[in-house]
Amino acid sequence: MSAGLKLKQVKKAYGSVQVLHGIDLDIKSGEFVVFVGPSGCGKSTLLRLIAGLEDITEGTLEIGDTVVNTLPPSKRGIAMVFQSYALYPHMTVYENMAFGLKLAKAAPGEQDRRVREAAEMLQITPYLDRLPKQLSGGQRQRVAIGRAIVRDPKVFLFDEPLSNLDAALRVATRLEIAKLHERMSDTTMIYVTHDQVEAMTLADRIVVLNYGVVEQVGTPMELYHRPDNLFVARFIGSPAMNIVSATITGTGAPATVQPETGSPVTINAEVAASYLDAKATFGVRPEDLTPTDGPGLFTGTVSIVEKLGEVTLVYLDTGLAEPITVKIDGDVEIAKGETLTVTAPTERLHLFDENGVAFPRVSLSRAAE
Amino acid sequence: MLWRYTKTAAFYLLVAVIVLVSVFPFYYAILTSFKSGTALFEINYLPHHFSLDNYVSVLTTGVFVRNLGNSILVATSVVVLALFLAVTAAFALARVSFRGRGLLLMTILAVSMFPQIAVLAGLFELVRGFGLFNTPFALIFSYTIFTLPFTVWVLTTFMRDLPMEIEEAAIVDGASPWVIITKVFMPLMWPALVTTGLLAFIAAWNEFLFALTFTSSNETRTVPVAIALLSGASQYEIPWGRIMAASVIVTVPLVGLVLIFQRKIVQGLTAGGVKG
Ligand SMILES: Nc1ncnc2c1ncn2[C@@H]1O[C@H](COP(=O)(O)OP(=O)(O)OP(=O)(O)O)[C@@H](O)[C@H]1O
Ligand SMILES: [Mg+2]
Repeated sequence: MSAGLKLKQVKKAYGSVQVLHGIDLDIKSGEFVVFVGPSGCGKSTLLRLIAGLEDITEGTLEIGDTVVNTLPPSKRGIAMVFQSYALYPHMTVYENMAFGLKLAKAAPGEQDRRVREAAEMLQITPYLDRLPKQLSGGQRQRVAIGRAIVRDPKVFLFDEPLSNLDAALRVATRLEIAKLHERMSDTTMIYVTHDQVEAMTLADRIVVLNYGVVEQVGTPMELYHRPDNLFVARFIGSPAMNIVSATITGTGAPATVQPETGSPVTINAEVAASYLDAKATFGVRPEDLTPTDGPGLFTGTVSIVEKLGEVTLVYLDTGLAEPITVKIDGDVEIAKGETLTVTAPTERLHLFDENGVAFPRVSLSRAAE
Repeated sequence: MLWRYTKTAAFYLLVAVIVLVSVFPFYYAILTSFKSGTALFEINYLPHHFSLDNYVSVLTTGVFVRNLGNSILVATSVVVLALFLAVTAAFALARVSFRGRGLLLMTILAVSMFPQIAVLAGLFELVRGFGLFNTPFALIFSYTIFTLPFTVWVLTTFMRDLPMEIEEAAIVDGASPWVIITKVFMPLMWPALVTTGLLAFIAAWNEFLFALTFTSSNETRTVPVAIALLSGASQYEIPWGRIMAASVIVTVPLVGLVLIFQRKIVQGLTAGGVKG
């Protein structure tokens, strides 16, 4: 049992408030897809549309080649794990997990087998007779996942399942979910989070949402290395990418831009001739910048030093509007007030036009031709 | 120091006064019910006489047992009917959004403010029209009408506070609204159901005006009316002993119910609420 999903121009409005503006999405069977985006961008809404907990205002949703727009949640072959666990407080763990099967009138032997199998998988067998209130947060979340597994869904939906757990437990449960995906390899999983690490580590593909619009869909590495636009560039990666305004002074591939201060910068992007003298922005990730003795990309005074142990974050005052963030090795000694020059490989620079759309990238070898 | 003792003493004095005022009438009724003959008119505050004559006479002469049965039937039916209607209505009012929901809730609250006497005539016409006059159904019907606004209001408030995600989890599990109400919400609403049910029962059990108006024969009366209409050997004799015995008999079930369910209510309230 497995199924992909197809969303075609899916829109959602609450009254006159348009929350989702035409989402097109193709999710392959067995894929692990993560929805990320800032708070209020519509991640939960999109997930609830897929679950059938909200009606789709416009557009179609297919699960495994069937249009399911009007199908009730229980008929869609989905299971959902909620942020607050949403266990039935008056039922034991066993009853919680068996409830759906009981309503579906599965044979008692079959119910028992499936509940015990899921409990075994999640190591909650010792707690089967307990009530939810007698469990810790992590155990409750596992029960909630168990309740979903028991339904043997084609599509597994998670809405920020880890956000109520403390940091250590979050990591442990994240690994648990990754293992679960491996074991249930033909079950499609859709996962909502605003935690980047969860998104990067769990996802086969990430969908970045912003104000009800899909900004980019891609593998974690695609999003990290080749963001389609400024929003994705800034949203993925921590600390956020440094963004610098500049003017395009050389078109073609590679292109040249002139920042407000400092020397011209060459970027591996293909820029049409019409963009000459146009405003643009380029970005570079803090971890791609390295200190150098020779001429570099930015030179400035160290204004803040944040030592995180393995790495140190350095904020450089370069005369630009925003300080430049540099992530360097934790062993390097550096003090406030020092002057520092940093540089980055040309292929690690990202160039965006005035509207924040990335220019096409060219590979190094082609740029050299 | 002294001030603290004074405060404590004053507090317990107040408690004692309250207990005395609320318990004494019932205590005196019990005392009186065990007296017979002229002892009835002696005033004493400790048990002196003990005779079950009044109880035997109340239970064997006339149709008091029948009246008791009527009261139990009416009050129980009212509780069952009102809770069933109120739970389903509360689900709609708390969880289904529809146009005019707020207005409807306010109307329900407003209806519960009508005094009984104001609707007595109209209700009488209705009862006659439906052919319910002088049957227990007349009372069940009118009590349910009067109990529902309060019951609906309380249950709606309670149901609105139940977490939305639990309901959604049940929907994903394939539960119909009826299953959600009975299998998921009702167990969580146990304290509210007991409280409102108990209040509805007590109200129906004690009601006098409708019971007097909508029944006309001895066999269909409920106990409050029956007690009021108990008569002595002659027109000039008020049978205090039997009245007190009857009062004690009808009060005991109420006290019992409250004691049984009070523990449940406290249990429900202290179980840690409803936390996913
Ligand atoms: N029932 C509703 N009526 C009106 N507007 C709503 C309703 N539910 C959600 N919205 C709006 O839809 C938008 C998207 O909400 P949604 O819950 O999907 O955000 P989200 O991306 O999940 O955010 P978060 O990360 O905070 O959970 C929000 O702006 C919210 O105000
Ligand atoms: Mg959300």
